[in-house]
Amino acid sequence: MNARRRFLAGLSVPALAGLSSLPAAAKLWQPAELPEGAVAEGSLEALSGKVPLIKRSYRPPNFETPIDFFRNPITRNDAFFVRYHLASIPQVDAKTWRLKIGGDAARQALEYDLARLRKEFAPVDLIAVCQCSGNRRGMFQPHVQGVEWGVGAMGNARWTGIRLRDVLQKAGVADNAVEIAFDGADGPAMQGTPDFVKSLPVQRALDENTLIAFEMNGKPLPHWNGFPARLVVGGWTGTYWMKHLTSIDIRSKPFSEFWMNPAYRIPAGLFPTVDRFPTQETAANQPITDIVVNSLVTSIFDGQRVKRGQMVEVAGVAWDGGRGIRDVEVSTDGGHAWMLAFLGKDLGRYSFRTFMHKFRVGEGDAPVVMVRAYNNRGDVQSEKLVFNPAGYHHNVIPRIRLEVV
Amino acid sequence: MKTARLVAMTICALAATAVAAGEEKVKLIDGPGVDKVRANCVACHSLDYIPLNSPFLDAKGWEAVVTKMNKAFKAPIKPEDAAPIAEYLAKYYGKR
Repeated sequence: MNARRRFLAGLSVPALAGLSSLPAAAKLWQPAELPEGAVAEGSLEALSGKVPLIKRSYRPPNFETPIDFFRNPITRNDAFFVRYHLASIPQVDAKTWRLKIGGDAARQALEYDLARLRKEFAPVDLIAVCQCSGNRRGMFQPHVQGVEWGVGAMGNARWTGIRLRDVLQKAGVADNAVEIAFDGADGPAMQGTPDFVKSLPVQRALDENTLIAFEMNGKPLPHWNGFPARLVVGGWTGTYWMKHLTSIDIRSKPFSEFWMNPAYRIPAGLFPTVDRFPTQETAANQPITDIVVNSLVTSIFDGQRVKRGQMVEVAGVAWDGGRGIRDVEVSTDGGHAWMLAFLGKDLGRYSFRTFMHKFRVGEGDAPVVMVRAYNNRGDVQSEKLVFNPAGYHHNVIPRIRLEVV
Repeated sequence: MKTARLVAMTICALAATAVAAGEEKVKLIDGPGVDKVRANCVACHSLDYIPLNSPFLDAKGWEAVVTKMNKAFKAPIKPEDAAPIAEYLAKYYGKR
């Protein structure tokens, strides 16, 4: 039964309605829900080493991936989104770069250069989605303050590196350790601005799917994505994926600076199935942790014109926080009837999973296409926005209205 | 005198900052307070953050942003500048 639903990833049928048939003006597609000012500021611009991406802010650089690039389940390095909180971003020299491991709950302090780190620990590969916590923030209604992202503050790559666990165990994690904190080479422009430092629960840091990555899709990490080493925390939002990693602090006490609290918080219990982070939870809120189940349709757009009798392809990618995608369902009649989409090749439970469904535009009402992904735990995308003040976890089932001409 | 000092401050702020390529294209609406916005905000970030977050914040919302920059991010905004900055933002980039 499963085999019937599979199709080859990347399969495309040129005659179908899709991106290629859109007029040139649609090249910079942005969701209609974004604030006016965000749409006006959202120009296509290229950072060094990158193709033109959708500029949200110049400094610190926040650039999102245009939707076209998500037609492939693996996101190209030169199209991978860029997100920084603070504007002082050094060009790290791989020769002089060092990683320090220590802390009050470390049995010993260690320091590695890049070559020794790669030589002394076993290499490992993981295909995983890196998604900014605030991806789709701009689609919140009412709008909330922050970087007004559309759908492209995310990407999926094959990360190559070593297990964080192996490095931590080499240093020795004492019994009283509760969190591991991470700092990167980038920092604030102004003295006094809190440096971007993040922590993980010990258990998550020791998980085999938490890596120190040096490569992305077989190439060294691009500067803008954390060269020469970054954390990869499969399933958790991008805030934990520290770029330009320089220090690892094994701690007996929770880390409570700005970027852990009050930043990156969701109201307590609002999203009932997220991974827990007990040492950071308060009565009012908890840190954002794993990615909620979600999907993105890349083949058709709201308001797109189709002809009666025409075949239309509903294709895109689905992902979640590491349970893996079980099903993607498509409705073409505004949510009355739902059909299972074909799922593409399984690249692992942390990866994008492609899906595809074809239908013929019939007589009667214009099609309203809706897509909802389920993960292996049975979580499904949300029918209505689960509002929260920081604008996280937008996974609302879309309504894509096609116009019949 | 006051203007000269403000210009000097602006130059200092810019000199201390590596301005990103392209950000000179960001144009803020001209109006009372815009000079204070430029002088205080540009040291840490490009000015596109302002239109990016518009037009949906009301006067209280923009006031909260200025307070956050001041208190959480330790932007050295002079106490007498905070109100004119928030007023400018609400007037030109506020909820309509």
